[in-house]
This record gives sequence, structure tokens and C-alpha cells, in this order.
Amino acid sequence: MYEAIAFYLFSALTIGLFLITVMSKNVLYAMTSLAAGMVLISGFFFILGADFLGVVQLIVYVGAVMALYSFAMMFFDATRDIKEKNTPAALIFLLGGLSALVLVLIFAGPIHSDAIQALYPMHEGVGNAQDVGIVLFTKYLVPFEVAAVMLLVAMIAGIILAGKKMDQSLTKDTSVDDADEILKQKDAK
Amino acid sequence: MEVVSYRSVETFVQHIPEVTALGVWIKAIIILAVISAIAGFGTYVERKVLAFMQRRLGPMHVGPYGLLQIIADGIKLFTKEDIVPQNANKFIFMVAPVITAATAFIALAAVPVFPDFTIPEWIPVIGGTFVPSIAADLNIGILFVLGMMAAGLYGPLLAGMAQANKWGLIGAARTAVQFLSYEVVTGLSILAPIMIVGSLSFVDFNAAQAGGIANWLVWKQPVAFVLFLIAGFAETNRTPFDLLEHEAEVVSGYATEYSGMRWGMFFIGEYANMITISVIAAVVFLGGYSADGMGWLWIMLKIAFFFMLMLWVRAAWPHVRPDQLMWLCWKVLMPIAVINVVITGIVMMV
Repeated sequence: MYEAIAFYLFSALTIGLFLITVMSKNVLYAMTSLAAGMVLISGFFFILGADFLGVVQLIVYVGAVMALYSFAMMFFDATRDIKEKNTPAALIFLLGGLSALVLVLIFAGPIHSDAIQALYPMHEGVGNAQDVGIVLFTKYLVPFEVAAVMLLVAMIAGIILAGKKMDQSLTKDTSVDDADEILKQKDAK
Repeated sequence: MEVVSYRSVETFVQHIPEVTALGVWIKAIIILAVISAIAGFGTYVERKVLAFMQRRLGPMHVGPYGLLQIIADGIKLFTKEDIVPQNANKFIFMVAPVITAATAFIALAAVPVFPDFTIPEWIPVIGGTFVPSIAADLNIGILFVLGMMAAGLYGPLLAGMAQANKWGLIGAARTAVQFLSYEVVTGLSILAPIMIVGSLSFVDFNAAQAGGIANWLVWKQPVAFVLFLIAGFAETNRTPFDLLEHEAEVVSGYATEYSGMRWGMFFIGEYANMITISVIAAVVFLGGYSADGMGWLWIMLKIAFFFMLMLWVRAAWPHVRPDQLMWLCWKVLMPIAVINVVITGIVMMV
């Protein structure tokens, strides 16, 4: 009973919020609704009893990914609307049709739910985190390690990109040595 | 596949009284009411303690020893005009303080705040209801609380970005940098005790430290304890790390344009977060609560100690510079936390 109410409430809110994300011309609305939608998606995990994944959704998407988006948004004027470039109607028609088809297929999937079997079912009385951990470190060990290496590569690349001009000061003009020369340059101007 | 901890099952079986929906509702209302009141009372205690440490008297005029100052402040906050700046994004501006307060209280849902009790039978309607100590006893309580406090970042962030004010924007940028950085330290520092106990549930942490001061995790993990406290100060925006709204630099940071109860909600959220951090520190490191005898008093004293410590540090230390804050996080605390986790792992393996 509670689950059904929560599910339909969360569904309606998530769809509504993500619609705002797509439709809104205001960056701040788009970002806020995207973050709020992510929070509500973690609610679905909680309804399904996957507490651990729900919290991971919260920490990773809401706490980290969206926070980084919003950090990048500091460079925009968040209070103004954005002028959007209109794409050709034919392309929108094609892409929209394709997405609709994929969505119909996804939603039609549970009709054949009898044919679906859980390869790694949950153990009775064992916590979520333990179950996920066991599968992650046995069956999916190689993808897990590959993902770790990829993240390491991305981190090193990020450090190199950010560190290119680390030896130069941002506030001090290195071409001018002392205050006298600055004054001279000012006089020349 | 057999390497599995069944401890959470055992502790679950020990909960003899059944937790009903009504009990959880009552618990939620108690948390909301009491923590909001404590947040108000906390401002009074903070002013008094700071005053005594600086050889002043603090609030004295309203009521005996200034005790009614809380009520006066409350009336002032509720009756003040709710100003929304002209160029601000009005909806986001109005919603941001609610996010701060809401996430702070949602985090408290998974934390053991007060001991559990049964309401006496003679009370009509709700008599005989068992009120649990944790409103939502999740298996992954610690992660949930940390995740919810991470989501709390959006309050100051959106407030700063929506208010069309330079100080607000700088305050929001500082919020994002500080909270994101120190979440790493909080997570890593609490990972070592989690490895020792082998569970993410507060109930298991409590059970693992039962039986006297010698069993407290703080003796096994002193480094993690200190790291967690430092990161906790940063995440609750307390002095040495109160750069988000430091008056001398950014007026009031993300709260610059706020007035009345919307400003008050930021304040309540901040105090609720202080209590959450205190509870986590008390349960994870200082032995938590015991169900029998005076156990409820001890957990209260532990929480009060951490609250007091925050005020004490505020009176004793100046705040750091933003660059020092980042240096401390990434070059000192984070490496120490990682080394601590590695050493804990090695010790447990050997």
C-alpha cells in the first residue's frame, strides 16, 4: 500500500522534474530539478529494498556528479535565461521517434518477467552492501579493476591539464620585477 | 561466498517490541520538535559559553540570566519581513533554506537520537506504542547519514547562486569546494572503524563497543577519530572552518540576502547538523548508548560534550584562510586518512 503510493508519487515527480530539466531555459531551474530527480531515483532503490544502491545513488549522483555540474555553473549568470539554438525539425522527429520506440520496448519488458531470472539473488538476512561486495569482487572483479584504472588515468590527465602553468603566479605579473617598473609602465601609458 | 557477517541479523532479533508505523511517526515528530528546540536553545548556550570564555556575561536582559532571549529571538525571526531581492531567481531563493533544514532532519532519521521507550498504557489512542530509538533502522545507516549531509550541500549552493549577489556567489563557491573536499575526509576516516566492526549499521557499532570504556573504538582508531572531528567541523561550517559566511571577507556568504525565518532555517539546519555529527562521533567512537540503567544519560552527555567542544574551539581558535583550508584537506588530512585505512587493513589481515 505504502509502496504503491510512494512509487506513483516518486514516478510522477521524477518525470515532472526531468521534464523541467529538458524544457527549462533557466540553468538554475534545470540543475535544481536534475538534482532533485536524482534524489527521487534513490527513492526507487529504497522501495525495492536495495538500500545500499539507493545511498550510493545519493552520494555519487547527488553529492558528487551534480555538485560538480553546479560548480561549473558558477561561471554562468544563473539568474538569466539562455537563448537556445533551434535544431532542424526532421532531426528532432527522428531522434524523438527512436527514443519513444526504445522506451516502449523497455516498458514492455516486464510482460515477460517470468523469463527473467536473478543470476545472483540476494541472500536472506545478509546486508545489501555485503551482497553487492561479494558479486563485485568475484564475478565482476575484472570490470571493477578496469574502471579503477580508467579513473586513475582520468585523474592523472586532470592533474596534468590543471598543472600546466602551476609554476606561474596568477596574481603577480611575472614579466615585471619590482614596483618601480610597474610605475614606469603606468607613466608610459 | 561464505564470508558474510550475520551480526546484523542477531541484533535485529534482539529487538523484541514490534516497531509500528505509529511509533515511527511519533519518533519523527519527537525528533522534529526536540531538535528544533535544541537548535534554539543551542544559540543561547553558544552565546553564554562564548561570553564566559571571553569574560563577559552574554545575554542577561530578557528573563532570568537571559533565558527568555530564545523566545525573543524566535518572535523576531518569525515576524521579520521576508525579503526577496528583485533580481533573484525567486523560486530557488525561497526553496534553498528548506533544503538545508530538510536534509539535516532527514539525516537524523537514521541516527539513534534518544533511547527507545514505550508510551504508558493509560494515555488514550497512542498508549502502549513502542517508540524506537532510530526512526528508520537502516542496515547502512552511516552511509545514509553521510549521503544526506552531502545532499545538504545544495541548500547554501542554490541560495548563493539564486540571490544575484557577489558575496552570495563567492559563499556558494566556497560551500561547494569546502563540502566536497571534506566529504572525502569524513568518508575515508570513518572507513577504518567500519572495517573493524564490519557493518554500516549504528546498532552494530553500538553492540561492538558494549561493555565498558576499554571497548570504545576511539582507543583502536584515535587517528580516525581526530580526522572525523576535524572534517565534521568543516562540514558543519564551524569556526576554524567557517569560511562560507565569514563576515570579514564575504559579508555573510550564501546567507547575505536572507532575512527572517528563511535565514532561521539555515541556522536550524546548521545546528541539526552539529547534533548529527556529535551523535555519529559518540556512537561510532565513544561507545554509543546502552539500553539499561543510566545509558540514556551517558549518550546525552557524550553528545553534549561534542557540542561543547565545537563552542570551545570557536572561542579558542581563529579561522583559517581558504587556501589553508584546501591545503589541510588534500595535503594533510586525506593522505593521513588513506594511510590509516591501509594500516588498519594490514593489521586486520595479519
